[in-house]
Amino acid sequence: MIGKPAVNKSITNSVQKPNVIETKTKPKRSMAKLVLYVVLSVMAIVCFIPFLMMLVNATRSNEAILSGFTLIPGSSLVENYQTMMSYINIWAGFKNSLFISVLVTLLSGYFSALTAYGFAFYIFKGKNAMFIFMLVMMMVPGQLGLIGFYELSKNLGILDTYIPLIIPAAASPFVVFFLRQYILTTLHPSLIEAARIDGAGEFKIFHTIAVPIMMPAIATMSIFTFIGSWNNYIMPLVILFSPEKYTLPVLMGFLKGSQVAQNLGSMYLGIAISVVPIMIAFLFLSKYIVNSISAGSIKE
Amino acid sequence: MKNLNRYGYVFIAPFWIIFLVFSIYPVALTFYYSFTNYTGSGTAQIVGLANYKRLLTDTYFVEAFFNTWKIWGINFALQIGLALLLALIFSDMRMKLKGLAFFRSIFYLPNLITISSVALLFGILLDWQHGSLNMMLLKLGVISDPINWLNEPTTAQLSVSLILTWMWFGHSFIVVMAGVSGISQDYYEAALIDGANRWQTFSKITIPLLKPILLYIMITSLIGGLQLFDLPMLLTDGIGSPDGSLNTMVLYLYNQAFKYNNYGYAAAVAYGLFVITLIFSAFIFKGMYGKERKQPRQV
Repeated sequence: MIGKPAVNKSITNSVQKPNVIETKTKPKRSMAKLVLYVVLSVMAIVCFIPFLMMLVNATRSNEAILSGFTLIPGSSLVENYQTMMSYINIWAGFKNSLFISVLVTLLSGYFSALTAYGFAFYIFKGKNAMFIFMLVMMMVPGQLGLIGFYELSKNLGILDTYIPLIIPAAASPFVVFFLRQYILTTLHPSLIEAARIDGAGEFKIFHTIAVPIMMPAIATMSIFTFIGSWNNYIMPLVILFSPEKYTLPVLMGFLKGSQVAQNLGSMYLGIAISVVPIMIAFLFLSKYIVNSISAGSIKE
Repeated sequence: MKNLNRYGYVFIAPFWIIFLVFSIYPVALTFYYSFTNYTGSGTAQIVGLANYKRLLTDTYFVEAFFNTWKIWGINFALQIGLALLLALIFSDMRMKLKGLAFFRSIFYLPNLITISSVALLFGILLDWQHGSLNMMLLKLGVISDPINWLNEPTTAQLSVSLILTWMWFGHSFIVVMAGVSGISQDYYEAALIDGANRWQTFSKITIPLLKPILLYIMITSLIGGLQLFDLPMLLTDGIGSPDGSLNTMVLYLYNQAFKYNNYGYAAAVAYGLFVITLIFSAFIFKGMYGKERKQPRQV
């Protein structure tokens, strides 16, 4: 803790200062509270207003949107939907994104757990060197290998398939790192020894003892992995060519250049369809997501 | 039990096979291409350091560097400022504000939305004549003439910065709050007893103890920010207009590789970006920790 000396100093310094806060009267504090609530509410409204405009405009016709601004919903939702669907099938993008993200999350979770367990509970030559090398590679930004990755996919003949978007998830250094730290503090080696004496094989021990213990940490990382894969734009943009294989983010980019862009109502509706399911999921998962972010940053 | 340790290799083998093929090899291949004039087809010819020499004198790359830096810088200042302000408000022991979970969720929500949806949404909301934002501001009397958000270099960059702030300040707020809740309440109680005011408590207790967290936010934000691509790509159809003000380094890389087929040069751009990221990360580390090492510790 680097900050401690400064803190001690500041506390001793402030002893001499007159007590200002405690002289404040109660009404003054509730006034301040009210002001803060108003400020926070305004911030919340500003944060939410783009979504609100999106939802309202999704129900208005193109002409109505061009003619002026309002937050009162219109009645063109069905027409907008029909117009949009006549050009692109947004649900296909949804399905593709879901398929990729679910597989990515499963692969990343399982293989990272496997690797973390291997690093944590076995002693073998080159273990530390490999672990350090992995940590160093963790710092390398994804774009660095983009061109090589594209060439590799081209040479392997897997361009325009989901393989380059899914398989690499089995090697996620950050998840391995996080899970290794977690299992080292939660699983005692004596438990493994006991299972071995009872005659359990190594993989059985991993699947029946280690994985259940690691589950909370795997879940935490899965949230990140899923969101990351769901929002990934540059990789599918580079790898996929066939519109029917597009993921939702790529499809959204495609939407902009298509005929749908002529009809603002349909455009807003398309965006809304890509956004609302996430909002609903967030409604139920917000506590877990917030906790995951907190855990992920503190563990660093 | 010694022979069981061989299982270690079995457990980590799948990771390493995939890691070597899909991560290490592409990075190495990109490095090799950066010394060639590879165009995506035919054979690559070694050209030595020509690509790197070109990179240093390439005004478009230099411009992209400063654009990326400006957009990230404004966004980061606002993002961390808001996050700290919110943390200050919610961690105040005297206020005991309610609704933390609610506000936190609202502030964080934009971060979850697919960035291409965000780009599309703001692309039409910020439209000069038909955008709902201008219409609303006109109606409310905030502005008297529509602002051409995305067609003036300054407002275009500012717009992207603000969109990024909107997307990320909630995330930073959550991380800062996680750090704040890790600080022992004893410090705050002691400060309260000693009569320290809000600002003193915040600047002398919270901020110093949050240093590791702030460093974490700054480095991750910088690495992400220097790779800014999706928003400018989708807002400008990949052109980086107006006046090249939204041309970022990764957008430049993407265009060089996949639009103009200059794979060799694009590979050099990728490594240039990597070196820049390393240098600035090192600077941040030094800036935050370097000074303290020189001072003798006194407790």
